[in-house]
Amino acid sequence: MTTAATDLRLDSRQAATGRRQRRIGGVLLAVENVSLRFGGVQALSGVSFDVRQGEIRAIIGPNGAGKSSMLNVINGFYQPQEGSFVWKGERLARMRPHLAATLGIARTFQNIALFKGMTTLDNIMTGRILKMRASFLEQALWWGRARREELAHRAFVERIIDFLEIQHIRHTPVGKLPYGLQKRVELARALAMEPELLLLDEPMAGMNLEEKEDMCRFILDVNEEFGTTVVLIEHDMGVVMDISDRVVVLDYGKLLADGTPDEVRNDPRVIEAYLGLVHD
Amino acid sequence: MIYRETGQFKASYAADQAIFRLVEDRIGMGAILFLAFVVMPLVGSQYWLETIMLPFLIYSLAAIGLNLLTGYAGQLSLGTGGFMACGAFSAYKLATAFPDLHVLLVLVLAGSITAAVGILFGLPSLRIKGFYLAVATLAAQFFLLWLFNRVPWFTNYSSSGVISAPPLAIFGDIWVTGFEATPVAKYLFTLSLVSILALAAKNMTRLKIGRAWMAIRDMDIAAEIIGIRPMTTKLSAFAISSFYCGIAGALWAFVYTGAVEALAFEINVSFRVLFMIIIGGLGTICGSFMGAAFIVLLPIFLNNTLLALGLAEAVALASHLEAMIMGALIIFFLIVEPHGLARLWQILKEKLRRWPFPY
Amino acid sequence: METLEHILLQPFRSIAETPMFFLEVLIGGLMSGVMYALVALGFVLIFKASGVFNFAQGAMVLFAALFFVGFLELGWPVWLAVAGSVVVMVALAFAIERVVLRPLVNQPPIILFMATIGITFFLDGFGQTIWGSDVRRLDVGIPTTPLIVGDLYINQFDLFAAVICGLLVTVLALFFQFTPTGRALRAVADDHQAAMSVGIPLNVIWTIVWSVAGLVGLVAGVMWGSKLGVQFNLSLIALKALPVLILGGFTSVPGAIVGGLLVGAGEKVAEVFWGPLVGGAVEDWFAYVLALLFLLVRPQGLFGERIIERV
Ligand SMILES: Nc1ncnc2c1ncn2[C@@H]1O[C@H](COP(=O)(O)OP(=O)(O)OP(=O)(O)O)[C@@H](O)[C@H]1O
Ligand SMILES: [Mg+2]
Repeated sequence: MTTAATDLRLDSRQAATGRRQRRIGGVLLAVENVSLRFGGVQALSGVSFDVRQGEIRAIIGPNGAGKSSMLNVINGFYQPQEGSFVWKGERLARMRPHLAATLGIARTFQNIALFKGMTTLDNIMTGRILKMRASFLEQALWWGRARREELAHRAFVERIIDFLEIQHIRHTPVGKLPYGLQKRVELARALAMEPELLLLDEPMAGMNLEEKEDMCRFILDVNEEFGTTVVLIEHDMGVVMDISDRVVVLDYGKLLADGTPDEVRNDPRVIEAYLGLVHD
Repeated sequence: MIYRETGQFKASYAADQAIFRLVEDRIGMGAILFLAFVVMPLVGSQYWLETIMLPFLIYSLAAIGLNLLTGYAGQLSLGTGGFMACGAFSAYKLATAFPDLHVLLVLVLAGSITAAVGILFGLPSLRIKGFYLAVATLAAQFFLLWLFNRVPWFTNYSSSGVISAPPLAIFGDIWVTGFEATPVAKYLFTLSLVSILALAAKNMTRLKIGRAWMAIRDMDIAAEIIGIRPMTTKLSAFAISSFYCGIAGALWAFVYTGAVEALAFEINVSFRVLFMIIIGGLGTICGSFMGAAFIVLLPIFLNNTLLALGLAEAVALASHLEAMIMGALIIFFLIVEPHGLARLWQILKEKLRRWPFPY
Repeated sequence: METLEHILLQPFRSIAETPMFFLEVLIGGLMSGVMYALVALGFVLIFKASGVFNFAQGAMVLFAALFFVGFLELGWPVWLAVAGSVVVMVALAFAIERVVLRPLVNQPPIILFMATIGITFFLDGFGQTIWGSDVRRLDVGIPTTPLIVGDLYINQFDLFAAVICGLLVTVLALFFQFTPTGRALRAVADDHQAAMSVGIPLNVIWTIVWSVAGLVGLVAGVMWGSKLGVQFNLSLIALKALPVLILGGFTSVPGAIVGGLLVGAGEKVAEVFWGPLVGGAVEDWFAYVLALLFLLVRPQGLFGERIIERV
């Protein structure tokens, strides 16, 4: 069972690398010199890196290194004291959650942040809200754009549901789902935004091997089929080395290394600060 | 297998997206509407129509309003009474200043004015949450009541502080307010209005705006990151909720009692409506009706029971007992079934679906 | 224009013209602020130790006063009535912990808040079912003749209330500082996990805190009751402790006191100098509107700490 799944993963990975190399494009997002403080805690200091169109970019680092904070800065939830962004060549002095969402930046969270009282379907449909135009009067009357939009978006969301294989829990309130499925619904919600940049904060944390493999496959498929750029935080080195194109290493809020998995793996500072701890 | 889902496959998303997905539900709803619109006016006595059905319907409307705000958008409000008063007094000022205004227009405008006031008092919700907000909404309750009680302009300088509804007709000489209005006309008018508004509320809650409300309620941070604007979402909840409460208040003053003073909407009304949605079910439209029915019937039931037992000072005792029972029930429902009567009804339907098989 | 001037400036002029009268009003207001603070104190205790926003604190005040005055009317001596009421309030704390808090332990705070609204109604109904709803006079022998200091008239009763409140705060502070139970309670307030690892059962702590809050409520009830008579209205008056808390911050005892004084003084001054201009009874809403405006500027209260949310 497990080996079969691993093979599957390897297959899709090999298939992926071949195609992906060609599709990686120019810089989608550049983060420049970002510093973030919380009172006395320096969560990030002067971090710069870039993300290319179509790549899978990993952020790694020990606990408390500032990885989640980095994602929060990218989608405008935290306002850094210093730093700026370049999105598709255009400089942005500051990011706001709503702006990030309109630019096409979607996100999943380290501690699942689903809407617990709503069904799977409704959760995913919230991802389409930015694309809906109906006025509240049309909605109240279930008329005009409200009706057309709802059905069109429903059809789109059903494709995502099929893709992530969660048809059977469509009408289940997400609060009742097991952990692994909740993570999947959260990914579905982010995908419903048709993002250009997908930020995943430890998408595989707390999963068993089989669930992890499923999740790896989904991430690779999303990247390949939709050309979505992915930034992912992950502690499992195996996964990181396997699926990412380039890796950023953070340590105590500082950028420690930046490069391909192989480069990073052999960087002595990284080994000292981080990998050294993991290796046996 | 009286009530079943199996075998009713949805051919399209449109069908799956319908309000009542099952044939049984549609039949049930049709039966209820038939009873309410046809049977009730034919057989209901004046007592039933005026003393039970009217307050029940109007409270249901207020409960829907509060449920949109509290049950769906998660913003707890203790100011419902104040907003109802706002609707009642706006309607009064409009109807007396423009005697030719049609009654529907009076109600809609009164609701809109209340919506604006609701937005004003909803502004703190942008910065504060939970019980902080609840305390802030108490300001609406006390301030609005004071305003209508103390500023004579709102009552057209009536010395008693009581406003009485001018006679208004829905069309021709079918009066729905004032002395000439028959119980049946008042009942059918209120019923139609409440049905339409309930349907509109149901639609909103299952579409974009409702999902945005629930998203803000369940996890505001994630909602914001999806692109939902907390400000417009919360304020729209305040506006629409207040619109409903305002119309409920106007109906209360114009159709149900015919004459009220500001104190008719004191803080106890706010609590009553809150209890309706807790007992009926937070975040369900049909629960709002169940909760309203329960809270309207409870004192009547208690009074009659105590009278039947031959207790002399029944009235005071009944109101104390009522408070006790309501308090106990609130705690009970919060502990045992936070989704209220509506959920219990669902569970019953599940049981019917499986019947006669035990699992 | 003229009315505006009338409302905005005239009162300040009268304040400037009659400073002594203003001072009297201010002192009177501060004194009733002490009473708000007394109720708010009960809230803060519970909120600190259990994170529950106890809407029922006002109802507990009325409930305690009803039992106290009821016992007195039965002909019990004062000490016995006090003892009886204490027993009632402790029993109430037990019951609430057992029936309400324990089953709701991991629910979101807003659910617990609504549950305490349920408790409010239950207590109001229960107390009045037993003792009736007439207004009762309560006389525990606090002098009410005014005290004359120089040109000032000061209500002796208010002064007495202030002293009692001061004493109560001191006793509570000592209790929290120097007794093992008190220290345990503080530990819980700071960190539930840590407290549990110290080995104090959370249930016990909650019962103690609710008992203490009940006793604070009893004191407040007796003071309010002797001033205004024991009646249902007490429950509503005590609601004003809510805006007091917002001003002071939910977790701060000094905040409760400063907030209480602010609200008390503010609403009295507003009532006396502005009330007549706008139809009176400004006291009904002043505290709430003040709190609301304050929230817009400083959501965490005077003494609360700002929290940055995490994801
Ligand atoms: N909202 C906040 N308020 C105060 N400090 C914060 C906040 N968010 C993060 N921090 C601090 O910033 C630092 C970096 O935290 P962050 O969550 O980004 O780490 P991380 O790399 O994601 O760690 P982990 O692997 O444990 O998820 C930590 O010291 C944390 O305590
Ligand atoms: Mg993290």
